[in-house]
Amino acid sequence: AFFWLVSLLLASLIWFISVHLSNREDAKLQYSLLIFGAAVSVLLQEAFRFAYFKLLKKADEGLAMISEDGRSPISLRQMAYVSGLSFGIISGVFSVINILADSIGPGIVGIHGDSPYYFITSAFLTMALVLLHTFWGVIFFDACEKRRYWCLGLVVASHLLTSGLTFLNPWYEASLGPIFIITLCTGLWAFFTAGGSFRNVLKCLSCK
Amino acid sequence: MITFMNNSDSEEEPCNERTSLMSAESPPVPSYQDGLQASEAGEAQAHRKRRTGGSRSPNNVADGDMSDSGVPVRESALENEEEELTLKYGAKHVIMLFVPVTLCMIVVVATIKSVRFYTEKNGQLIYTPFSEDTPSVGQRLLNSVLNTIIMISVIVVMTVFLVLLYKYRCYKFIHGWLILSSLMLLFLFTYIYLGEVLKTYNVAMDYPTLFLIIWNFGAVGMICIHWKGPLQLQQAYLIMISALMALVFIKYLPEWSAWVILGAISIYDLMAVLCPKGPLRMLVETAQERNEPIFPALIYSSAMMWTVGMAKPDTAARRLNQQTWDAAEDGRENQSSPSHANSQMSERRSPVPTRPINSFEELEEEERGVKLGLGDFIFYSVLVGKAAATASGDWNTTLACFVAILIGLCLTLLLLAVFKKALPALPISITFGLIFYFSTDNLVRPFMDTLASHQLYI
Repeated sequence: AFFWLVSLLLASLIWFISVHLSNREDAKLQYSLLIFGAAVSVLLQEAFRFAYFKLLKKADEGLAMISEDGRSPISLRQMAYVSGLSFGIISGVFSVINILADSIGPGIVGIHGDSPYYFITSAFLTMALVLLHTFWGVIFFDACEKRRYWCLGLVVASHLLTSGLTFLNPWYEASLGPIFIITLCTGLWAFFTAGGSFRNVLKCLSCK
Repeated sequence: MITFMNNSDSEEEPCNERTSLMSAESPPVPSYQDGLQASEAGEAQAHRKRRTGGSRSPNNVADGDMSDSGVPVRESALENEEEELTLKYGAKHVIMLFVPVTLCMIVVVATIKSVRFYTEKNGQLIYTPFSEDTPSVGQRLLNSVLNTIIMISVIVVMTVFLVLLYKYRCYKFIHGWLILSSLMLLFLFTYIYLGEVLKTYNVAMDYPTLFLIIWNFGAVGMICIHWKGPLQLQQAYLIMISALMALVFIKYLPEWSAWVILGAISIYDLMAVLCPKGPLRMLVETAQERNEPIFPALIYSSAMMWTVGMAKPDTAARRLNQQTWDAAEDGRENQSSPSHANSQMSERRSPVPTRPINSFEELEEEERGVKLGLGDFIFYSVLVGKAAATASGDWNTTLACFVAILIGLCLTLLLLAVFKKALPALPISITFGLIFYFSTDNLVRPFMDTLASHQLYI
């Protein structure tokens, strides 16, 4: 979570500087700067995820060295899940908590012509994003571990794609639908990466 | 307000002594020490014993031959044990401290966000006489710096006074002072807090009920903190008084002064604990020399606190202190270490008289914890509370400060495991917290707000 926050900090620093250096009046420019800021932020988030992976790897080696049977008590998969989850939680919380706080107060949604479904779609989007971060964490760490760099590239690309889809936002069919499809696919991919398979699911369901 | 200012003399006192993270090394009453350090100390002593016993010196080669081959294996195994235990206990201690710090912050933030009283400006403490209502920025900055200097000097004077009292064994005076200040915290501040909360939620309560509630709360609190009580109840009371104290600070410190004071107090904490002549360091060292615990009203301990009654067997067995330590370590490790350590330890235990030791072993079955000064709780909560109060109603800033403080605490505990002596808990956390507060408030907030207004997600 700390690493995500630092990445967010740097990204907003970049955006802030770019906004101040640019023309305030031009709305189109501001919007494109926003897109630029969001893209930079996504890239920075992935960079920090990689940095976190390196840090955890070092810690993992340290733990393995000193433990009795030469293996660390926490497997890398667990670390990947936790790191993805924490990225997801902090990202989701940052996106949604102000909206939640405002939703308690008096007001009418969409009175200025925006969509009246703002709150519910925000909720769904946040949920999708949290899940996505968790899945990306698992896939990312596994890809780094096995050095499959195309997987890494795919994760970053899907993150950029998701973020880009949210730009289509009042047009909810185009943004929510694909994002949920991406979430499902990434979830399945992460499941198979973490070693799951149909047989495991069947075993689990039949409580063996 | 006048009564506040007059009584706040003793309210100052609690915040002086509490700003350090304890990890005392020497083993006074065995149960008083925190796990890491005691285990390290015990094992270090055990190592030394084994080395002398195994006689690395060339003269006793024949004698030490048999044990010598065993010794390096044992030592390396023991070092691994030690490090592994360090990490295991380190992780546990981190969690044990996260929970109370988080609880304290939650209480403070919840109160700030809901009860208007603590964000209204209703005067200032006498410790910060300069007002910040000045027209120019420079004047305001100057006033806040002056306020900080006065506040820090008050804290320094009080700390030095307390250390002197402790050195010259004026225990009664110190106890009386602590009792008075905790009385005031538990009764007066709770009364005001309860009054304000009831006002906010428009709940009517008659005086007899109020009296009953506050009397019970305060009396149980006094007993728990200064005498015996269930550990969790004592922890809960310490958290509550820290939260109350933090709320008082948040209300009565003017804005810029609060931030400058936070910065200055972390620098002061760094110096007071690490400099050889620092008052807090002297306090810790004197307490260790005399094998006494530091006052319970000033420290949050995450593990069992033993009362004076339990200390008696220790004085009787004081000459067995070393062996007691090792046996105690054995007793503790027996429950958490693999078998080969057991076999090594049990060999050593035979020459040691078992009866007094056994009672310690039972005592030692408890997990030891780590101690954090209450001042640390207070200032962490002040930072997060101020972030909640003044950050344009933004929750992101509060959360960012919260994460920053917890990460700082983590790092401090890591350093504690490495350095094994009392460390200041404030500097790292407060630095991270301040950086994150100012950067989140000024940089991240416009970014996130703009993104949210277009419903963009990153």
